[in-house]
Amino acid sequence: MKAIVCVKQVPDTSGKVAVNPDGTLNRASMETITNPDDLNAVEAALQLKDATGCKVVVITMGPAPAEGMLRELLARGADEAVLVSAREFGGSDTFATSQILAAAVKKVGLEDDDIVFCGRQAIDGDTAQVGSQIAEKLGIPQISYAADIKKEGNTVTVKRMLEDGYMTIQCKTPCLLTCIKELNAPRYMSLGGIMDCYSKPVEVYDYNTLKDDPLIDPTTIGLKGSPTNIFKSFTPPQKGKGRMLEGADKNTCAELAAELLKKHII
Amino acid sequence: MADFNNTNLADFSGVWVFCEQRQGKLQPTVLELISEARKLADDMGTEVCGLLLGGKGVGDAMAKELGAYGADKVLVAEDDLLETYTTDAYAKVICDTVIAKKPEILLIAATNIGRDLGPRCAARLHTGLTADCTHLDVDVEKYAAFLKEASTLPEAQIDALDRADRNLKMTRPAFGGHLMATIICPRFRPQMATVRPGVLKKGEYNEAKANAVQIEKLDIALTADDIETKVLEVVKEAKELVDLTGADVVVSVGRGISKDVETGIKLAEELAAEFGGVVGGSRAAIDSGWLTADHQVGQTGKTVHPKLYVALGISGAIQHKAGMQDSECIVAVNKSDSAPIFDVADYGICGDLFKVVPMMIDAIRAAKASK
Repeated sequence: MKAIVCVKQVPDTSGKVAVNPDGTLNRASMETITNPDDLNAVEAALQLKDATGCKVVVITMGPAPAEGMLRELLARGADEAVLVSAREFGGSDTFATSQILAAAVKKVGLEDDDIVFCGRQAIDGDTAQVGSQIAEKLGIPQISYAADIKKEGNTVTVKRMLEDGYMTIQCKTPCLLTCIKELNAPRYMSLGGIMDCYSKPVEVYDYNTLKDDPLIDPTTIGLKGSPTNIFKSFTPPQKGKGRMLEGADKNTCAELAAELLKKHII
Repeated sequence: MADFNNTNLADFSGVWVFCEQRQGKLQPTVLELISEARKLADDMGTEVCGLLLGGKGVGDAMAKELGAYGADKVLVAEDDLLETYTTDAYAKVICDTVIAKKPEILLIAATNIGRDLGPRCAARLHTGLTADCTHLDVDVEKYAAFLKEASTLPEAQIDALDRADRNLKMTRPAFGGHLMATIICPRFRPQMATVRPGVLKKGEYNEAKANAVQIEKLDIALTADDIETKVLEVVKEAKELVDLTGADVVVSVGRGISKDVETGIKLAEELAAEFGGVVGGSRAAIDSGWLTADHQVGQTGKTVHPKLYVALGISGAIQHKAGMQDSECIVAVNKSDSAPIFDVADYGICGDLFKVVPMMIDAIRAAKASK
């Protein structure tokens, strides 16, 4: 039994986001982190490992430096890591990304009692699409927005959040679950984990590793194989800076109230 | 499936909207999508078609309302297996229908269900899907006008757009709203988008159109074996959820209330009550457990554009601004005069919210009395 977790390294958009003059993101100026929801997915896998002794394999697609993130996840307790990295994979949209990651999951080996975990969405793109698309490519059931997961034998029971409540959904393994932050509190790296993480394997899957899978085809991966293209990207105009009112006392508040009255808000 | 995509793009026509219902109730955001689809279809000279899946009788209950907001036709799939949403059943019926009838555009509300369903369908149909869109255009003139208003792109670049382009231009925020991206899907059909609830405007109810709507019952091939998940229960939370997107006034709190959370929220409630408004919160306020998730304003929460938005003790991270910067009037109170929230505020007060808000409430009451 395995828990396979798909993770993404993302720029930390909660800090300062720098934009180049041409409207693209200045990634070099930003810290990179493990996508927050993906840490909940890793934790769910580690909890399954605590309960059953299963193996936890983390997979990421990205440039070579993403190995650093994989080492951190190994230090948290994952057993093996896979870095999917090739020039041919660059520029993939969610469709093309899911083709590649599904091929990577197949290469790791998806067995009858395995679960694939993903975070609900990544904070750079916020699409929440890749998980469902991997499930489709693998031909396995998906349950998204997982806030509670129980596994008994090869039956998985999930509390799946809706905006106005939740559903309790059951399915058989193998299946894919997307995890939200309410699911758990991710553990930290342990000292022993940090010591061990460099002795654990990080395997690199490049184009040649995966090219025999029918999912990997020049027409379905990378920039050229992506159904969607960026037509324009732009920054919104800064809203004209408003007025800082003088002081913070009764007169200030009276002035504000007068302005709101003028605008018919009061 | 590949054959489906090798067909001529010109074979595809019509703007479709997936009409999400839950327990026999149409999701209100569907009417926003239908209204938007109407505008797109008018620009394209084609029809609007609602795609409605549910239990027996769902078509009779909802088709008229869909017609009233702009649907020419409603395709209805009724089956006990469709009464409650499952990814497998819904994806199968939608994909089968799309393959048979070839729509040019398929819009889905970006709800927790729409964002589960959309990617599964797009992956099966081998087409593109753009997530959580906030603006859609087909007509290039309209798109150019939008860019002039909403972007900092040079005019020459906007004027150089190809006026004959007929692709759906799907615009969405990225990187927490700091960048906007317009995405196209030029080589595959249908062009699919999930659309953020509460952003596009619902049109007017049109009685004549309601009566004129055509209903087409779909013959579907769906069996229990097609569904690999089993829904054991659907629980609607008893608590009343705050209606952030529908409120005229939103008063939000952030990390600045941390020294006395209870009082901070009480002050926000009192201030909101002066306007009949509601209380919202930043991600910090939700992550700290001070308010429940339905109160969250921002990129990962709700997008709001009320008449008045008051930000109390919110620094104004990009992810928060993405959800509120289009409010008509923004008032911000923050201890730090360099808080980024002041960059989008119409009126800023640099001070301690615990002292300022009570005075603000008094001043508003006095202003009301003076009317």
